[in-house]
Amino acid sequence: MKIVLKNVDVIHPEEKINQKGVSVLLNDGLISKIGELSKEETEGSREFDFTGKILVPGLFDMHVHLREPGREDEETVITGCNSAAAGGFTGVACMPNTEPAIDTAEIVKFIKEQAANHLVDVHPVAAASLGRKGEIISPMAELVDAGAVAFSDDGDAIKNSSVLRRAFEYANMFNAPIIEHCEDESLADGAMNEGLNSTLLGLPGLPSVAEDIIVSRDILMAEYTGGRIHIAHISTKNSVNLVREAKKKGTKVTAEVTPHHFTLTDDGLKSYDTNMKMNPPLRTEEDIDAIIKGLKDGTIDCIASDHAPHSLEEKESEFQFAPNGIVGFETTVGLSFSELLHKNKLSIEELIKKLSINPRKILNLPIPKFEVGTLANFTIIDPKLVWTVDTSKFKSRSKNSPFDKRLLTGKAVAVINRKKMFVDDQWFDLTGA
Amino acid sequence: MIDMALSSRHLLGLQGVSREDIQTILDTAHTFREILERPIKKVPTLQGKTIVNLFYESSTRTRISFELAEKRLSADSINFSVSGSSVSKGETFKDTIKNIEAMKVDMVVVRHAAAGTPLYLTKISSSNIINAGDGTHEHPTQALLDMYSIRQKLGRLEGLKVCIVGDVAHSRVALSNIFGLKTMGAKVSICGPSTMIPRNIQDLGVEVIYNIDEAIQENDVLNVLRIQLERKAREYFPSIREYAKYFGITQERLDKNGKDILILHPGPINRGVELSSEVADGSNQIILYQVTNGVAIRMAVLYLLGTLN
Repeated sequence: MKIVLKNVDVIHPEEKINQKGVSVLLNDGLISKIGELSKEETEGSREFDFTGKILVPGLFDMHVHLREPGREDEETVITGCNSAAAGGFTGVACMPNTEPAIDTAEIVKFIKEQAANHLVDVHPVAAASLGRKGEIISPMAELVDAGAVAFSDDGDAIKNSSVLRRAFEYANMFNAPIIEHCEDESLADGAMNEGLNSTLLGLPGLPSVAEDIIVSRDILMAEYTGGRIHIAHISTKNSVNLVREAKKKGTKVTAEVTPHHFTLTDDGLKSYDTNMKMNPPLRTEEDIDAIIKGLKDGTIDCIASDHAPHSLEEKESEFQFAPNGIVGFETTVGLSFSELLHKNKLSIEELIKKLSINPRKILNLPIPKFEVGTLANFTIIDPKLVWTVDTSKFKSRSKNSPFDKRLLTGKAVAVINRKKMFVDDQWFDLTGA
Repeated sequence: MIDMALSSRHLLGLQGVSREDIQTILDTAHTFREILERPIKKVPTLQGKTIVNLFYESSTRTRISFELAEKRLSADSINFSVSGSSVSKGETFKDTIKNIEAMKVDMVVVRHAAAGTPLYLTKISSSNIINAGDGTHEHPTQALLDMYSIRQKLGRLEGLKVCIVGDVAHSRVALSNIFGLKTMGAKVSICGPSTMIPRNIQDLGVEVIYNIDEAIQENDVLNVLRIQLERKAREYFPSIREYAKYFGITQERLDKNGKDILILHPGPINRGVELSSEVADGSNQIILYQVTNGVAIRMAVLYLLGTLN
């Protein structure tokens, strides 16, 4: 099948491509030509007019919870991939806090098999310790062989510093990063950011220092062992500063931030809305300022959604008893464009690096190339499209989002990968007739 | 009865409640206080109204106080007590509420360990909601009865210096008192070990004192909170002995000050910890007077909300 993506602005920050209003010809899902197309070249093709849209290397979300195996009522690999595609992602890395945890080769393979025929590439992050218990390191060699791209006890930090050390040392044989959910458990008995708002709401506080302590411990351990640390969902000013200083020293540290942590503050909890409940918790304006500065100067490498679907009945409860997290795939592009690009915090190239290039680099995955003959792996975004979030239309099986009814500017309108295309709510097989 | 109304159909806390509304509740309570002294302590005001006392946390005195207030107003009241969270019970909180509502109730008095639950109730229920204590958030009727008691004893609230003493960080009484008293023009301070002072509390315009003698010296009223003796709370101070020695109020400390001071305590008292027995039974305290006023305050709140519709 021949398709033409007409009149689109092609941007590839890694390949230094920024071409306005060109056409892209695909033949059976492979790139055939980028540029001016002649009549003969387009003959018999299906045309998609993307005037005013941008075409970038497929977006990648390196921190998501697909809930399978264990909580298929909240999400499955397939519904999660559908949600990812609708949000503009062609690849994801899924976290191991499933039931059971992703700590055997069989579970890694099981997850990859679920997504074998999907447009979205699924790369499991395996547990760093058996059962995520923080006691014995997981069989990392076998897990890497099966397809795991990183290790994490996400949901918790690796509690024991000795286990953390062994995890760094062992994972380093495969150049795999340890992804840490940085939170000192002994300080983390809270439901929201500790500060004036937690005092006013009478909710137990989760102090920012609980994150900072583990970020500094992990940085020091990465330095000591030569291992790679990736800080998941960074949320505090001090943590951003710690990562910045460590990078200056040459420590192998990278960091991600979620859209909600650069968009919302703990002021949003005044209504005890359980959709505002997440971990790390929403912090303050001061933290957001530090995060945006960190995104700009490269301290924070990428944006990840921490897509965390939860059932309605679990979120519809007393605040303290509600689970943490929000559905992230389908609002990440809108929030990133609205809050970062349109507010002139990041350029389009910087933003695409954080949404597509850098996460793949961190996970040692190939960057999609814009070369003739290679597999087309694209996201097409309308940067100016103004739209209203409607959680009832989410492809995710869950609807927990604090962004329902929020007006956003910028939306992914199509994704292409693995010889498939998703556009206008329809799936196309690009190898067909 | 006096013709008055409140600007809200719920009482969730005292944050944001106007001076006029607090005044109305205190004045209405004063009328009911007189009824409580009569041989027949019952009025037909809420006849035909159904009130559910929904207690998700054990409480004896608050529940009895509400129950008595309901009976004195001739309302039909039902007690629903669950220990622990709804999660452990299998039925969601929302389903429990929907079930109770299906039995046609008018008002719900709620006590819950999770802060914000009364506000959540207003979203899933059409009844009038009264907060009888939510987590470490608010306990508005306790603060109202404290304010009423102070006003009766000292004649005013405006300009008075009131210090809240003890585990402020884990108290629902403290926050309601701070909001209510400040709205009524009192000067509020708090005193306790630094581990029991909530973060950023100074931003609410309250002074923090770490010395109990200074607190006694500088205030007209001490509202002394109960120290939780269970293990969790014990992480916040080294020992009961040390607490009693440095923050406990003794007759000796009061005598040393010389000036008359009013002492309140929401109960139940830990004798020999936050108050010495001598002080707990002494001439400065008004602990049982508060308990009697509690019924009048709850009658006032139930009446004002129950006759609003």
